[in-house]
Amino acid sequence: MSENQIKNIEAEFDARIARDEKIEPKDWMPEKYRQTHIRQISQHAHSEIVGMLPEGNWITRAPSLRRKVALLAKVQDEAGHGLYLYSACETLGISRDELYEQLHTGKAKYSSIFNYPTITWADIGAIGWLVDGAAIINQVPLCNTSYGPYARAMIRVCKEESFHQRQGYEIMMTLAEGTKEQKTMAQDALNRWWWPSLMMFGPTDAESVHTAQSMKWKLKRKTNDELRQQFVDQTVPQAELIGLTVPDPDLKWNDERQSYDFGAIDWDEFWQVVKGHGPMNKQRINARVSAWENGEWVRDAAMAYAKKQEESRTKQAM
Amino acid sequence: MSKNWPLWEVFVRSKNGLEHRHFGSLHAADAEMALENARDVYTRRNEGVSIWVVESKHIRASNPENNGELFEPAQDKVYRHPTFYNIPDEIKHM
Repeated sequence: MSENQIKNIEAEFDARIARDEKIEPKDWMPEKYRQTHIRQISQHAHSEIVGMLPEGNWITRAPSLRRKVALLAKVQDEAGHGLYLYSACETLGISRDELYEQLHTGKAKYSSIFNYPTITWADIGAIGWLVDGAAIINQVPLCNTSYGPYARAMIRVCKEESFHQRQGYEIMMTLAEGTKEQKTMAQDALNRWWWPSLMMFGPTDAESVHTAQSMKWKLKRKTNDELRQQFVDQTVPQAELIGLTVPDPDLKWNDERQSYDFGAIDWDEFWQVVKGHGPMNKQRINARVSAWENGEWVRDAAMAYAKKQEESRTKQAM
Repeated sequence: MSKNWPLWEVFVRSKNGLEHRHFGSLHAADAEMALENARDVYTRRNEGVSIWVVESKHIRASNPENNGELFEPAQDKVYRHPTFYNIPDEIKHM
């Protein structure tokens, strides 16, 4: 194909997306579209999988059976979300094994938020309320994204996600209404998770390199800063309602903007964690890799069994 | 020989009276495991009453590049639609 022809089909491709048509796996797509989607969808899938680890830490120590079944169901949902997203990603021509390999070797990233530790039960509340709250704000616009399999996976994810946030908020509310120690525990969790949650929306618009392209492909409908503002405006009243204080001395309602002004984010911390120097980066990847390696004999045995069954069926047929 | 679990496509009937619809895919060693995994991955909230699984390699898909020759011939056959035919106004339902 000549350069001009390629330009023409690329223009036609962009026009299809602008008309809100979906792109499906076997359709022609620019290589950059494919690569960008593999990167984003796999990052998203990895985040769901690694995201099970901080919460898994508390399943056996949940304070009641009610909390335990809820947390178990939530963690199981994260596994499901990871699987929906991995299969959406595989439709772009990358294998599941390659995707795992990229996670295990550190080539692919996952959301930095999961590199923070869950040291008290209140952290489980804070994760559901803040981390899942931020994730929902990030994810809802993706239900309309241009790549069909990704959009379909996101619709399913979003439907299931709101229980996650409500169970987290309920935990925080219960602790905040409890003894002095319980309320302190809730406040401490909010103090530690607030800023990392704001960082979940990614670098500021001025620093964000992919925004323009992602907007065009409907991988993004709003900018990072717009989504972050939406999160702050939505979350601050929720904290006030249960008597907790957002740990930001510069937080102030701005009557003119009808929004909250908030303090500066420590972007050095963000980049440190992204680059692998967060409190839990090593533990998370080690846990993931050892689960994969220790499960190898089980996967092999299942395959060997399936093959044997297949062979004996073939023999019987002859 | 690859030891990786093959890919399966999952179809779920939401309730009796509706058709099985494609829900997504998953990896499993054999059909039995594919059904079990499909239950856990795609029907955690009563989304289905029946599941079909088929190994993805057995699905033959049309190529979008051939969409012209495959689907365009239907476009100019307006006579396949009821509105193509003129009938008197007096006839309300036909």
